[in-house]
Amino acid sequence: MTDTAAEAGDAAARDARARAVRATGAGVASPAAPVIRTRGLTKRYRGGRPAVDGLDLTVPAGSVFGFLGPNGSGKTTTIRMLMGLIDPTSGTAEVLGRPMPEAARTVLPEVGALIEGPALYGFLNGRDNLLRYDRADPTADPRTRRARVDEALARVGLAAASGKKAKQYSLGMKQRLGLAAALLRPRRLLVLDEPTNGLDPQGMREIRLLVRELAAEGTTVFLSSHLLDEIEQVCTHAAVMARGRLIVQGPVADLAASARGRLAVTTPDPGDAARILKEHGLTGLSTDGDRLTADAPPAAVDLADLNAALVGGGVRVRFFGVERGSLEDAFVALTGEGFDVAG
Amino acid sequence: MSQAEKSPAERAIDPGPQGSRSPLWTLGLLRSEISTLLRRHRTYALLAVLAAVPVLIGIAVRIETGGGGGGEGGAEGGAGPAFLAQVTNNGFFLVFAALAATLPVFLPMAVGVVAGDAIAGEASSGTLRYLLVAPAGRTRLLLVKYASVLAFCLIATLVVAVSALAVGALLFPVGDVTTISGTRIGFGEGLVRAGLTALVVAVSLAGFAAIGLFVSTLTGSGIGAMAATVGLLITVQILDSIPQLSGVHPYLFAHYWMSFADVLREPVYWDDLSKNFQLQGLYVAVFGSAAWARFTAKDITA
Ligand SMILES: Nc1ncnc2c1ncn2[C@@H]1O[C@H](COP(=O)(O)OP(=O)(O)OP(=O)(O)O)[C@@H](O)[C@H]1O
Ligand SMILES: [Mg+2]
Repeated sequence: MTDTAAEAGDAAARDARARAVRATGAGVASPAAPVIRTRGLTKRYRGGRPAVDGLDLTVPAGSVFGFLGPNGSGKTTTIRMLMGLIDPTSGTAEVLGRPMPEAARTVLPEVGALIEGPALYGFLNGRDNLLRYDRADPTADPRTRRARVDEALARVGLAAASGKKAKQYSLGMKQRLGLAAALLRPRRLLVLDEPTNGLDPQGMREIRLLVRELAAEGTTVFLSSHLLDEIEQVCTHAAVMARGRLIVQGPVADLAASARGRLAVTTPDPGDAARILKEHGLTGLSTDGDRLTADAPPAAVDLADLNAALVGGGVRVRFFGVERGSLEDAFVALTGEGFDVAG
Repeated sequence: MSQAEKSPAERAIDPGPQGSRSPLWTLGLLRSEISTLLRRHRTYALLAVLAAVPVLIGIAVRIETGGGGGGEGGAEGGAGPAFLAQVTNNGFFLVFAALAATLPVFLPMAVGVVAGDAIAGEASSGTLRYLLVAPAGRTRLLLVKYASVLAFCLIATLVVAVSALAVGALLFPVGDVTTISGTRIGFGEGLVRAGLTALVVAVSLAGFAAIGLFVSTLTGSGIGAMAATVGLLITVQILDSIPQLSGVHPYLFAHYWMSFADVLREPVYWDDLSKNFQLQGLYVAVFGSAAWARFTAKDITA
């Protein structure tokens, strides 16, 4: 069972990679250069195991790019390198077509970032926090500062709470203020590390709407998340990391499609049904009461024939069909079932 | 990714403010830095303690000499308590007595807290990463931080001096000032000398402030940096008081601190003062470079 799952995973990964290559091929034809491009990007903290290992990431302009991976897979480390906060051990990173961290001074004013959650001055109120961050930007216009701060506060729904000391903010309010700091100016790239962390359902919805709105304005959004629903709902592209390595990247639709669906049969005779399906070469069978599932057969096999074989074999079929693979299936197939964080 | 979607992003690169950076920006950041510093309760607690020292000294002297007349007196040079004797005759001397009392420990301790926290505090609260992606620039941020610590040195010294002047004027008579050299100068001239003295004391702290800033770049813990900086101060003060170590004394940042009293000589005696300034300059150069080398190469992971 685990073997077949792993095989299916490998197949899915290969599939998705093939598609991703095709997608990049198409990207070359379009005039827009990638917003983020890394080549062999590697980071070892204090000489340990690489936290990020030979990363070749390409984020197309105008995409909403989901950056996925289990805990400790190197997402935040990658983002820190892209933002020039840490130096790569080897490899190169380009953001907005310029090398990081060398070009930080010209690149970063055009990038809004939320890295590993918000960080605020607890003794300042929300508005003063934003004013301080805006003053730290040498290219921000002081004349429009207050207006821009107010606009950012309104955009994240904090206008009414902007006079409150940040230490009195709830987790979600802090997260919103962190987002507001990333939105102080029109940006070409937004880097959001788990932006919906701590938000209520309305907050998450608003963030999704906000991301779509920004994307429509032409901002490229690079967001890391564990919430696959979220990625599936807002992202056009995604990449999956595991243990510091990039497993796959490409358009989300392709990734989800690459997770092979499952054939599901509901019947009072699951034993016979399993036997017949096995005879027809189906793999990954599992039975749960009167419900039987198997890896979806290759396209060459006509489902109608399978159903006829079942009925012909005396199996009473209540339900018969293929369930589409979700991004979650693809994710688990790619990164493994294990819950433990890699050391 | 249609043309319509791309164009606003491309438009965003072109307009003016993006590329242009005002030369006054660093001043704006410095102002933000100082005003942020002055909005922390901790800063006020430190300044309140410093302001309280002259009050305590003033009251103690007043009670001690309640009967009237400072018996043991005389203008001696240098050491702090010498000024105490003159306070009863002229409240003006409380400024010097208070500076002499706070300079060895209280003033540098306050500076050590602020300097040690400068970078490490931002690192431990995580705000450092957002300042850097703003992007404040590492060198500029370090310079602005150091400038704000120097501003705090001056503010702290002035708080002591002004508090002492106010208490001195309230509790004791004030009038013409007898210098350490024995000559008399007018009260106005005395005030100028007092201001100059405060400036000298603030500059005396520059070397120690640079050490604090360097320590601050070494760690991600604000408390740790403050503790290390203050610990170093106490160690140096102890070393400076061990006669057997007189060979290294001229290189200890605290060694010439008490030379500020020479401002009250007629004419001002510059020998030790200039030695002090040179020593502070040396410390600023060495530890400033070390802080810069460390901070610009550091991985910011907090
Ligand atoms: N400051 C650090 N020093 C040493 N090792 C670190 C440091 N930060 C991260 N690591 C290690 O690097 C690896 C990747 O961590 P990273 O924070 O990039 O993961 P992540 O994908 O962001 O995880 P999460 O989903 O939990 O946020 C982990 O093994 C972690 O232990
Ligand atoms: Mg992370």
